Amino acid sequence: MAAASLEDQENRKAWGFVTPALLWTICFFVIPFIVMTAISLATRTGREIVMAWNFDNYITFFEKAHLLKGLFVSLEITFTVTIISILLAYPLAWIIAERVPQKWQRMALILAVLPFWTSYVVRSYSWLLVLAKNGVINNTLIWIGVIAEPLEMASTRSATIIGFVHFFVMLLTLTIYANLVQMPPNYRRAAADLGANGFQVFWHIVLPLTLPGIMVGAFLTFVLCIGDYITPQILGGNNELALPQIIMLQLGRRADFPMAATLSIVLMGAVTLAYIACARWLKMERT
Amino acid sequence: MTAPVSIRNATKTFGEFTALNDVSLEIEAGEFIVLLGPSGCGKTTLLSLLGGFLSPTRGTIAINGRDMGDVSPSKRPTTTMFQDYALFPHMTLRDNVAFGLKMRKIGKTERHAKACELLDMVGLKASALKKPHELSGGQRQRVALARALAVEPDVLLLDEPLGALDLKLRRQMQDELKAIQKRVGTTFVHVTHDQEEAMAIADRIVVMNAGKIEDVGRPEDIYMRPKTLFAASFMGEVNFIPATLKGRDNGMAEIDSMLGSISLPETILANDALPDQGPMTLAIRPEHFRGVSTGAERMTLGSAKIADGAFFGTHYRAHLAPIAAPDMVITAHMPQSANIEPGTMVELSIDLASIIALPGHPQTPADPATQG
Amino acid sequence: MISSRFSKVISWAYLIALYGFIFLPVIVLVLFSFQDGRLPVPPFNGATLKWYGEVFADNRLMAALGNSLMVAIGSSLVACVLGFCAAYGLARFVLPASRLQRGILIAPMTVSYLIIALGLLSTFNWIGISLSLWTVGIGHVVINLPLCFAIIYASMGDHQKNIERAARDLGAKEWQVMTQVTAPMLMPSILAAFFLSVTFSWDEFIIAFLLSRFDVTLPVEIWSLLRSGLNPKTNAIGSVVFLFSIALLLVLELLVFRRTAKK
Repeated sequence: MAAASLEDQENRKAWGFVTPALLWTICFFVIPFIVMTAISLATRTGREIVMAWNFDNYITFFEKAHLLKGLFVSLEITFTVTIISILLAYPLAWIIAERVPQKWQRMALILAVLPFWTSYVVRSYSWLLVLAKNGVINNTLIWIGVIAEPLEMASTRSATIIGFVHFFVMLLTLTIYANLVQMPPNYRRAAADLGANGFQVFWHIVLPLTLPGIMVGAFLTFVLCIGDYITPQILGGNNELALPQIIMLQLGRRADFPMAATLSIVLMGAVTLAYIACARWLKMERT
Repeated sequence: MTAPVSIRNATKTFGEFTALNDVSLEIEAGEFIVLLGPSGCGKTTLLSLLGGFLSPTRGTIAINGRDMGDVSPSKRPTTTMFQDYALFPHMTLRDNVAFGLKMRKIGKTERHAKACELLDMVGLKASALKKPHELSGGQRQRVALARALAVEPDVLLLDEPLGALDLKLRRQMQDELKAIQKRVGTTFVHVTHDQEEAMAIADRIVVMNAGKIEDVGRPEDIYMRPKTLFAASFMGEVNFIPATLKGRDNGMAEIDSMLGSISLPETILANDALPDQGPMTLAIRPEHFRGVSTGAERMTLGSAKIADGAFFGTHYRAHLAPIAAPDMVITAHMPQSANIEPGTMVELSIDLASIIALPGHPQTPADPATQG
Repeated sequence: MISSRFSKVISWAYLIALYGFIFLPVIVLVLFSFQDGRLPVPPFNGATLKWYGEVFADNRLMAALGNSLMVAIGSSLVACVLGFCAAYGLARFVLPASRLQRGILIAPMTVSYLIIALGLLSTFNWIGISLSLWTVGIGHVVINLPLCFAIIYASMGDHQKNIERAARDLGAKEWQVMTQVTAPMLMPSILAAFFLSVTFSWDEFIIAFLLSRFDVTLPVEIWSLLRSGLNPKTNAIGSVVFLFSIALLLVLELLVFRRTAKK
């Protein structure tokens, strides 16, 4: 019998395939993350970063109201956006899957996500065009004579939420639609056959079966939304800062790298909590 | 392009699970061997050991006298025809068949010529430039065969190649496979769980169960004179009558069965595993009750009452309740002309030579008769 | 059947309303890129191509566009090759701690781009690597590698395992199996992963913003345009980017998805 079996020989080769990608991820993702964590334990004195190895930055974060508020603003925006997006996207996905004729569904979906392909920065700018003081809505309303003074719509939290919802409705429509169509139609036929009415079929069969898909979409929304800088910066303005805006502020004007790193770790913590909640919920559903 | 294969004490374990338990088998050059058994019996593991996709945990495998210990699949004189054919979906049939030759650095003209020749052999020359997804299941199977044979292996390994075909096509492909094997003379090792397929194509059948070889022999031997209860029931429908061997005397064996005491000539008991005394089983195939006298010595196991019956074309298949053991169910084939009215009494008359004596008792006496 | 007709009307009304919401900003963007005036807002004064002319005459924008293309294609190529190899290794072989390995490879997907950018920025500062398009490219490979890996890994079914076995059995060496059997067989998903990476990288802002210095990518250049407020030129470059993405999408649809759908 040979020293190494054929299976072992094969598997040794496999390391050659996996190692480059692993190395890349470790060098440019894992190590940077560790470096950033280390820097969050440093302090800034003048322009210098001094490794202090203490939690002063984290303490500062919880003491300074404007920093802590950033986290809550971000969380509020994110939750609002996630819920509104699901509520808007679910019926849309349902209508596309149920009411639109089969051969047009693909077209309808492509259309529904078409604006997805505008540049992310440009998309927020487009909403500014619509919502600005001299933007499309205000000018139109004044022109028709409905209002005399322009409404304050840009540079508000609502503008940020509208910008986000616009993006995530597209995303969620896709994921929910995929869930709806891959559900075997016989489930619903069976339920209807057993006497369930339309609403009961939806409530007892369709919704529970699509819930995991919604949760995945919701988690994605959460992660992308809470970490985004552009949309709140362009549409929300400077009246009320979300956490990513504060992070960028630390980096830019204040050049406080350790504080930026600290806030990033906090942001990451929020995402991780959401992930754990989501994963636990999915596991519970499955068992 | 053919070679003998020698498997000695091959054992393969996956963690705690023993897939193959101390299996030894000698295969002659040019033989058509069928590994037969239920799923999980180790037949596919044995085939993977031959092909080099797995290494034995213990034991050796030699092809043409050469130990295959650490020879990788690509270096072995074997090719495998996979159950799902595993044709390259992005290549034409010609490129599929020529692939092995290309890997052996054989020039384009030569390998294309060879590929066309093989496609011709399997009757697909006209489709040489088609892609696999344009073919039917049977056609794909032929391409897989041509591809495996193109590199002129010493041993061709066939992993349930007919499993995905419908019954009619399967019977047709069996004949073709057998004919092609005769023509090329390559040693074929074929895995299946279909005993009819095994009987149709094999020179020798290897019946496997739970990682061990139960029986090896020509199809007629395995069917008529199986060596174990498992082999008997796996090869076809059979009635097991639990019995006890009382003793051997003067060339005759005294047996106490559930249908009464009988004595059988020792020749019937020519099975090394049978004890001189102790539990044994009489196995009788349903068609042997058919009562067509061939002039051979016959005997009776008493009479039985017909419980029910159904017409099967070539015969009636009836369930009988023996008078001696009314709880027992005997399955018997009866002539088309028979009267199978429930309640009718029939004689359980059989050729003496068709009784199979096996060691041990079936674990669930009623079950094996319906197995298979 | 009044209720059924009623629900039908409601459905279509909802559909149209939501499509209106989804398309409103895009229509405004494209429409007012033709605005003959200084402000891209109603009333529409008439059509002109002047702003497009300005966009194409703007050297900084054009350079940024070239940079973006370069970074997008380069980083996507690297991500695809690395992702494909890793998927091949993990899907086809039994490796120790393969769950952990997959976890590490996928991990960047669950982290905000901002954090990835900050981490890389800290590290580059620390080692003393100066920022350039190269550092942007590295960052984009980090975000696209999990995507490529996941897409290609998901398309590697067990059925193909036997096909690769057959190739090996017929004498193919490992690299021959990869290049002549696996890669061509998985081409649709590899292409999908590549094009998706290109669009992600093409559109990415925060990493490109934080990890670049003198040469910047298009989203960063557009960002600096935004300081001038509402401007038809911004509309014009936005429309150009939109058109470009749509063209890419069309190519993808025709080349890849159509073909897989047929099979």
